Amino acid sequence: MTISAISEIFPVLAQGLKITILILLASAVFGYFMAFVAGFGRLSRFFIIRKLSGLYIEIFRGTSLIVQLFWLYYALPILFDIHLGNDFWVGALAIGLNYGAYMSEVVRTSINSVAKGQKEASIALNMSSFQQMRFIIFPQALRMMLPEFGNYLIQMLKATSLVSLIALKDILYYGEIMRSSNISMAPTIYLLILVFYFIIALPLIFLTRKLEKMSKKGVASQ
Amino acid sequence: MSIIVKPIVTYKGVHKNFGDVEVLKGIDLNIAPGEKVAIIGPSGSGKTTIIRLLMTLEEPSAGDIYVEGNNLWKMQRGNKMVRANEKHLRKIRSDIGMVFQHFNLFPHMTVLENCVISPVEVQGIDKQTAKKLAMEMLEKVGLKDKLDKYPDQLSGGQKQRVAMARALVMKPKVMLFDEVTSALDPELVGEVLEVIRDLAEEGEMAMILVTHEMDFALDVADRVLFLDKGVIAERGTAKEVIEESKNERLQEFLKRFRS
Amino acid sequence: MSNWKWDVFYDAFPYIIKGLWITAGLTIASFVFALVFGFVWTFLRRVPFKPFQWIVVWVMEFIRSTPPLVQLFFIYYAFPQIPVIGMTLSPFVSGMIGLGVHFSTYISEVYRSGIEGVDQGQSEASTALNFSTYKKWTKIILPQAIPPTIPMLGNYLIIMFKEVPLASTIGVIGILQLANNYGAKTWDYVEPLTIVAMLFLLLSYPSAILIKKLENKMNRNFDKNKMLKETN
Repeated sequence: MTISAISEIFPVLAQGLKITILILLASAVFGYFMAFVAGFGRLSRFFIIRKLSGLYIEIFRGTSLIVQLFWLYYALPILFDIHLGNDFWVGALAIGLNYGAYMSEVVRTSINSVAKGQKEASIALNMSSFQQMRFIIFPQALRMMLPEFGNYLIQMLKATSLVSLIALKDILYYGEIMRSSNISMAPTIYLLILVFYFIIALPLIFLTRKLEKMSKKGVASQ
Repeated sequence: MSIIVKPIVTYKGVHKNFGDVEVLKGIDLNIAPGEKVAIIGPSGSGKTTIIRLLMTLEEPSAGDIYVEGNNLWKMQRGNKMVRANEKHLRKIRSDIGMVFQHFNLFPHMTVLENCVISPVEVQGIDKQTAKKLAMEMLEKVGLKDKLDKYPDQLSGGQKQRVAMARALVMKPKVMLFDEVTSALDPELVGEVLEVIRDLAEEGEMAMILVTHEMDFALDVADRVLFLDKGVIAERGTAKEVIEESKNERLQEFLKRFRS
Repeated sequence: MSNWKWDVFYDAFPYIIKGLWITAGLTIASFVFALVFGFVWTFLRRVPFKPFQWIVVWVMEFIRSTPPLVQLFFIYYAFPQIPVIGMTLSPFVSGMIGLGVHFSTYISEVYRSGIEGVDQGQSEASTALNFSTYKKWTKIILPQAIPPTIPMLGNYLIIMFKEVPLASTIGVIGILQLANNYGAKTWDYVEPLTIVAMLFLLLSYPSAILIKKLENKMNRNFDKNKMLKETN
């Protein structure tokens, strides 16, 4: 591994940085959205909504992300005649749906683990069910969710590497192109790719640790 | 000669089961406006359940509870009485406040925010007025200097006093106290009892105290109920219950709890 | 949904299910690898030399927060190119090592939580009773540390099962690779991939329920113990 090799590989990989980060952002937004929809869905008063949310969660947690990604890639246009315009959205959709299912369990368990006395105190102050959730339960549950959301953000970052398999031009995609034409450089290329991902992950790691510390304050949990 | 007062709270044949266990086996009770009632009894006798039913934290299995003549758990629909919905419960329970054994302060809000949230969001009072009211109540419980503290920065006794101020801000006609000193260190009990005593002396608010502080209860209460195995086994003035009752279970209970 | 072809579905099913042995085999192999390697991390982290611990923690963090897919590629494509120690590994062995190392960093956390879950007083009591370090660990600490970790390890087994199809990218012929092969031959991808998804769901969902039950049962036992302690 020489400096010249690194300076040769680095700019090539950097070309993929934009797609990796964009995919991460899009999947995160979509994943958090699904997490709240399905998490609250599981807690709904209505049987049908509870069951539908449960079905979504079990299907996406019960199968592999890579299988879901391929499935959506091929099935969306063929079965449902849905054309998302480009494969970027297939990637974001797959990662978002998959991690949304996992994170919906975070939403649900956080809400359930706010101490029962908090709800009782809000009833004693004559709040409506909606007010209890909005002012008392949810703000505390969110503090518990955030570090988990941070952890899942790192998981989603790792998952973005899969989109190279549907030919999206992310970091790994450019690395693969280089490696296929220059196998002897493979160790340096892959090591640099890993370092790239780690550098993106670092702020997320520190953010998660900070959120973990913060989440212990201002929460009454069971 | 006795003056007839319309009761503010009435229990009529109230039963409560938890699974197979019948905790309350027919409670009949009238509470007059401004009356101070202490409920004593061995643990597991159903004391706490009585007031939790009134606060709508539990639903009675049978019987009715009335607040100022309105059925709490049932409402009129057409010419039938049906199970109350949330709207009905909120209307009726607006006269009732409660202080809990474990305070249940909102940990993500400051002392002031804890006291202001309900008047603003529930009663629709404007923020400035609510703040003034909250400060007035916090002064009453002696915590005017803690407005911007968070609950975890307070001692147990202070937390419980904030919880009382928070409930008082809502101006309830009936205040429920659920073993409010049981979770406190012994040296902090006094400051909380002091506030309750002051409230009792002010007089206008009816109070139901579930408590183990026997001497205090007997001192403050107009009336004492001895609850045993899900029924009110003895009732009367403090003097009647303590000195004149022949109920053996009560005597045994008092022997253990009075110093 | 009019483009769904049942004849393709029935034709592909026997072809794909043959890969289940490889998928299951790689799951077990990489899980066992992770179990063993997890011990290595746990042991290294307990070496009483701060800078060393710090390095171990960050190496683990590095492995944990970078994509397992890239790690698989590294082992399969790059490892043979490394001078002196490098050698060519079969796709299966590469998959086993790649996934095994990646998840060993998680497994090590499970071990750690198990050990830290044992009350400090237990260690002190063993010392007070003059146990040797070896006896202390084998007779006192580990028997208490291991049971609560079993459901957690079970969860990781399921998680790894779902990560194993990543190895199809380096040529492990499990169910996903067979589905892709079928698709490449016939241009029908949806039905074979649906079969793969179904197989995963069919195997992982009941296992997850089983582990949930195990977890609840253990929690109950734990609570019972606690209650006994409190009443006595």
